[in-house]
Amino acid sequence: MINIARFTQGRFSFTLFLIYAFLIIATLTMLLPYYWMILTSVKPQEELQTYPPSFSVKHPTLQPYRDLLDLIPMGRYILNSLYICAVVVLFKVFACTLAGYAFAKHRFWGRDWIFMTFLASLMIPWQVNIIPGFVIVKNLGWLNTFSGLIIPTMGWGAFGIFLSRQYIYSIPNDLIDAARIDGCNEWQIYTHVILPLIKPVMATLAIFTFIQQWNNLVWPLVVVNSSSMKTVPLALAVLSSQTSSNFGMLMAGAVVATTPVLLVFLVFQRYIIKGVAFTGLKG
Amino acid sequence: MAKPAFWEAMRRQQISYWFIIAPFLLFFVFVIIPTIASIILSFTKYNVMSAPQWVGLDNYKEIVLHDIRFRKAMLNTVIYTIGVVPVGVLISVILAVAIDQKIRLKNFFKGVLFLPTVTSIVAASVMWRWLFAGEKYGLINYYIVMKLGFKPIDWLMSPVWTLPAIMIMSIWAGIGYNVILFIAGLQTIPQTVYEAAEVDGAGFWHKLLHITIPLLRPTIVFVVIMSCISSFQVFEQIYVMTGGGGSQIGGVLDCALTGVPYIFDQGFNKFDMGYASALAYILFLFILVLTFINNKFVQSKVEY
Repeated sequence: MINIARFTQGRFSFTLFLIYAFLIIATLTMLLPYYWMILTSVKPQEELQTYPPSFSVKHPTLQPYRDLLDLIPMGRYILNSLYICAVVVLFKVFACTLAGYAFAKHRFWGRDWIFMTFLASLMIPWQVNIIPGFVIVKNLGWLNTFSGLIIPTMGWGAFGIFLSRQYIYSIPNDLIDAARIDGCNEWQIYTHVILPLIKPVMATLAIFTFIQQWNNLVWPLVVVNSSSMKTVPLALAVLSSQTSSNFGMLMAGAVVATTPVLLVFLVFQRYIIKGVAFTGLKG
Repeated sequence: MAKPAFWEAMRRQQISYWFIIAPFLLFFVFVIIPTIASIILSFTKYNVMSAPQWVGLDNYKEIVLHDIRFRKAMLNTVIYTIGVVPVGVLISVILAVAIDQKIRLKNFFKGVLFLPTVTSIVAASVMWRWLFAGEKYGLINYYIVMKLGFKPIDWLMSPVWTLPAIMIMSIWAGIGYNVILFIAGLQTIPQTVYEAAEVDGAGFWHKLLHITIPLLRPTIVFVVIMSCISSFQVFEQIYVMTGGGGSQIGGVLDCALTGVPYIFDQGFNKFDMGYASALAYILFLFILVLTFINNKFVQSKVEY
């Protein structure tokens, strides 16, 4: 850290002023689209047409949200998204840590090869997989089903396994041996020794998986074309392609798509930012 | 007697295999098999309805030699990358240095900058579609373009301005993530280096140029390469901001068609799965080169 306060000895510093000014401008730029979205979503249609565009609303209304619900079953899509998120999060949190434990502390034939294969897969860009992925899901008869939306996504667990393995690797072997001497079997070691120690990893995995799943557009776009199986981002993308005038309604849809992750972010902000800084995970 | 020993080992280690079986099977079926199948598909003509037909290198020949849309898409991808990455990285470095000072509200600034990273790109694209609305109703048109004395721009309908509009949105969306990586990088610079410079009488700007930036170089290289890789894979904002699919993907005259949307268009609109797979592998090759450059450069340590 460059120690300006010490350098300027508390006097007014032009540099410090510049820094604050820059940060405040950046903050406002970052927040403006959100403000504009929320504002537009409560503006009556007449006020959208006013000129110049106004930064306030005279007669706030929930009409855009009503328009949205009249047009598409958003409640159903929210439930779809939440259900998919819940299943994938649970799977990743438990399956990845269990596998991570085996890779970190067990010795078995092929361990390092299998682990390296998982790691190498992190370099595979998703667009290479979606076409055969679609063909496989189609042949399984899983188009427009929760299975098709959920199960293939679970295949992308490499990062979770890697993260768990690194963390579990640092747990002292003595602790595991002690449990073994006390008569724990491998499963009990996982549930009674490992899991309580890796709560931070589980939390990180759960939060990031939730955010990624909630926001994911590509896979639902590939496997869903029925109107009842859409997820929130897919529904919003389709809505956007069909809307050219009712921007209030479109912004109401964007508010619905944004709110859950923003709540998660507000609650776990420090966790998330630390997770990014330490692992390079992307939200 | 290798075999019995092998099976004996397997029996003893059974539990370990049970522990990894679920993620491994799913990984195998939905990641490994598709990656390999994609290579095979890229040598065929396949429209999902009838069985794939082997066509050898035809897809690749067609792409490299004749495909005008592919050239347009790659050109746009490169323009997009050159526009988004340097500007995005520059702003991020400045912001990271600013936040890393002794200032108040550090976590607030970090949090606000990071917001777009957790926001779905679909929602962000929808917000920006509205900000970029044509005529005088769009916020950007009224408060920026027209205040500067220009005529309002029909951003997302114009062959010239669609890609720049999407690039602006992408820079906005990507900054926060980079800032966090840069702050982490800044914190690895030892305090003693700064103290030594202060003893020598170095001021803020001096320290910034001669210590911070050079010592941050490995993080900068890492972020630049990572940003290039994700720019090469840009899809969602193009898909949503150019009208959301159908035959319009990529906007007017393919003005904003980039690599992945083109793959998507060939695969899922024209159902030319073999051709799309070949395109995907060519793009993969570009990304692989970037990844190798990354591994080469990032390994090189700075010397104090």
